[in-house]
Amino acid sequence: MTVTPPIAMLAELTHRCPLSCPYCSNPVELTRRDAELDTAQWADVFRQAADLGVLQLHLSGGEPVTRRDLVDLVIAAREAGLYTNLITSGIGLTEKRLKELDEAGLDHIQLSLQGTDADMADRIGGYRGGFARKMDVARWIGEIGFPLTLNAVLHRQNLHQLPRAIEMAVEMGARRIEVATVQFHGWALMNRDALMPTREQAREADAIVAEARARLKGVLVIDYVRADYHNDYPKRCMGGWGSTGINVAPDGLVLPCHAAQTIPGLVFDRTQDRPLREIWYEGSAFNAYRGTDWMPEPCASCERKTIDFGGCRCQAMALVGNASATDPTCIKSPHHAALQARADAFAAGPTEFTARAAAG
Amino acid sequence: MIGAQDIPVIPRGVRMQFDRVRDRWVLLAPERTVALDEIGRAILSEIDGARSFGQITAGLAARYAAPEDQIAADSRGFLGTLIERRFLEVK
Repeated sequence: MTVTPPIAMLAELTHRCPLSCPYCSNPVELTRRDAELDTAQWADVFRQAADLGVLQLHLSGGEPVTRRDLVDLVIAAREAGLYTNLITSGIGLTEKRLKELDEAGLDHIQLSLQGTDADMADRIGGYRGGFARKMDVARWIGEIGFPLTLNAVLHRQNLHQLPRAIEMAVEMGARRIEVATVQFHGWALMNRDALMPTREQAREADAIVAEARARLKGVLVIDYVRADYHNDYPKRCMGGWGSTGINVAPDGLVLPCHAAQTIPGLVFDRTQDRPLREIWYEGSAFNAYRGTDWMPEPCASCERKTIDFGGCRCQAMALVGNASATDPTCIKSPHHAALQARADAFAAGPTEFTARAAAG
Repeated sequence: MIGAQDIPVIPRGVRMQFDRVRDRWVLLAPERTVALDEIGRAILSEIDGARSFGQITAGLAARYAAPEDQIAADSRGFLGTLIERRFLEVK
């Protein structure tokens, strides 16, 4: 099998975050501040990434703005030749810091939206006053002229706000909105009963997105992650394992996806111990589910096997205890019917959730 | 659809870059990368925020000794896709 270079890197600069969203994509075991890579180590990772073929760098977290050296990290990323995207809740950004990031060459900002009003957003984010701060940040972003993507994470409790989220993206001058139904890993899996959309909501979201895409063609691009528990085919997770994306955790652990640590038995390398190139091409975790050779039936003989690559390995692990199984959100999985029934039961669950913990 | 008088503009956050690892030119945009062929690169290289679409296609037709209609039709399709994806604007 020919292994092609990665095109995108997700750099999780820190797990620290002022918010505590119940669907946080960070692992349940959070990395402490004193274990985070320092400025020089990250700069080296960025240079290695560019040499390896990465073009797009996503600076994420946790909340990446909590890194005091963020401006220096942006400078290092741009010097390496990377297109540099900041994925932020906006909390902690001031107008002055945004101007510094502008001077440093930051290319783009992706701003997360926990809800379309303060009641919803501050309850989900667990941070009073956060929504108001975010609105200030959105205004400064517009004034400086950064290209903006709004990222709305949808679940049962806020899905009715989707039309307003799309309107807000247009009002803020965003070129793009990501409408992403919660993916159930880690914290979100723990809170599945509180977050699972109903089947009716999932269909409604499909309709809202289809209508808005037609109406806002050329104005707003809408990227949409559907509620896979309520659908018949799985998502093309990471564009295929070890094919396009590479993640680096705050402590330098190099991962094929942000949830890969939930798969027991995988061995991950650290960027401090091994060159990134070697980790990508030879690392055992990257090769574990690369391509199609690892696939069991029904994936192995499926005509869609290079469309969705059997779906999400971490989801197969979480739902049926076997990371090599067909993603049970797929209609061809023997577990599909049972999962759909369970999804309806989850969606009828209580709405209380456990907030994400703070990183030490 | 882009007209002869329209002035195409590459907005902030979109830029062409040589992809040295894959030995090709790409258009980098927010969270997206578009691989460019020679024609795509030639068209985008002409965009300076001052010249109109008609001026650009006339220039390309002269340089490549190709029929202007054909160049305009091809370019219109390519740029139209970029406009739809918000990688290009017109003024």
